[in-house]
Amino acid sequence: MPDELDEVFRREAGRCTATLIRVLGDIDLAEDAVAEAFSIAAEQWPAKGVPPNPGGWITTTARNRAIDRLRRESTREDRHLAALRLRGDDAMDEPNPDLDELDGFVDVVADDQLRLMFLCCHPALAADAQVALTLRLLGGLDMPEIAKAFLVPEVTLAQRIVRAKRKLRDNHAPYRVPRPAELPGRLDAVLATVYLIYNEGHTASSGESLGRTDLTREAIRLGRMLTDLMPDEPEAVGLLALMLLTESRRSARSAADGSMIGLLDQDRGRWDPMMIAEGHALVRACLRRNQPGPFQVQAAIAAVHADAARAEDTDWAQIVALYDQFMVVRPTPVVALNRAVALAEVHGPGAGLAAIAALAEALDEYQPFHAARADLLARAGSPDAAAAYDRAIELSTNLRERRFLEARKAANRAGHDY
Amino acid sequence: MPQYMLSVCHDQPYEDLDFNDPEIQRMVASVGALNEELQAKGAWVFGAGLRPVSTATVVRSNGGEISMTDGPFAETKEHIGGFYIIEAADLDDALEWAGKAAAACGGFPIEVRPCEGA
Repeated sequence: MPDELDEVFRREAGRCTATLIRVLGDIDLAEDAVAEAFSIAAEQWPAKGVPPNPGGWITTTARNRAIDRLRRESTREDRHLAALRLRGDDAMDEPNPDLDELDGFVDVVADDQLRLMFLCCHPALAADAQVALTLRLLGGLDMPEIAKAFLVPEVTLAQRIVRAKRKLRDNHAPYRVPRPAELPGRLDAVLATVYLIYNEGHTASSGESLGRTDLTREAIRLGRMLTDLMPDEPEAVGLLALMLLTESRRSARSAADGSMIGLLDQDRGRWDPMMIAEGHALVRACLRRNQPGPFQVQAAIAAVHADAARAEDTDWAQIVALYDQFMVVRPTPVVALNRAVALAEVHGPGAGLAAIAALAEALDEYQPFHAARADLLARAGSPDAAAAYDRAIELSTNLRERRFLEARKAANRAGHDY
Repeated sequence: MPQYMLSVCHDQPYEDLDFNDPEIQRMVASVGALNEELQAKGAWVFGAGLRPVSTATVVRSNGGEISMTDGPFAETKEHIGGFYIIEAADLDDALEWAGKAAAACGGFPIEVRPCEGA
């Protein structure tokens, strides 16, 4: 039973919280109510069994408890204020009482999760607050879990979340899906937050372990939710495809001793074919739509890698062409660096080195720049490779990554006489 | 309806505006148009541009004794050059007005803060 309850919690907590925020008009009230409903479930379900619609049961129980408490504790005026704190679309402010009685459940609106996603990723919040709120409210992760995932003290994280919620409440942030005119910018913020969560799980920004599976799983779950709710947004689909195709390589990325293995040295037999198939299908759907954006192009690049049974079969010319497209939609030094690495695979390390020369100043503090430069120098047989590896090692904050770079440096030294 | 203060943030002190300067004339026109739009949409509560920061006086009350100092409260280059109090349905509406104000007021950043109790 604890496992089953846990699973219901993972699946339903965010959805229930999203609906309760709409019904109650307040984030804190909704969170407390959902927590209370889950603790009632933990008491009752082992004896009575899991109800046929666990999410509906939790939502209705939470709603009833919250309303009881408001009646008990508040003056009429406070209740009125509470209901106005977060303003939804007018028609959605009250749950439909007829439907409610008919089903015995609060009407769970799919849009509630979208509203909550847009609220958590409101551009008036800093990126770290967006990530923390999203994981807390939509992911149902508790404070210690989130604090651990981002290696910040729990008290710092708690303050960040409290402050963000207060800012949204005091500013009367609306609880709605943005209007079409606002949508592109607001959706970018949501997708960026999900990708940030994925990347934090994929390569932890510091510390010993290479990845944090909880965060990658949560990011993919959020990505699926977004594509389910907004199937016509090609960048949302592109992001999900990118995460799946990257995730498909997870078990091939590290050796038995935990050390990191680069893309070209991975045992491709260990890539997850289910994730690749799903990622491919999504990339194809994006291509048919023909509205390219940064996430779709990155997903397409990952798909080309996934297509190659062996590293030497990689269609690098196709990858360079995709990076050219990427440079059109997002002309940044980091994209230019990745393009140069692909270019070196087609035209040799000299071409790659020539292409990255112009990026040296912009990317001086960027570890992957020095790692890529070191690899290219080593392949060109240049004695400068060792110094470039040293600079990359110096900039790396992840222990496994640092070991990986040290090994590359040693392998290079072994192959030469200098 | 919630009220918000939109402050026009200057990063350098300015002196008296030269109303013969075509750039200033353009700004006066765009701010005038914004003010009319705020009023037409029912968002206008109050707004004003402020005289240079060198004209400021700070007044303090210490146990009933009033004292004054010449100059602004904060000894920084950054200061508020003007402000609006607006009424908006919610934060997103207030931010939309702030975007219009940033464009109209010569590209200076606009700080948005909700008023207490509104």
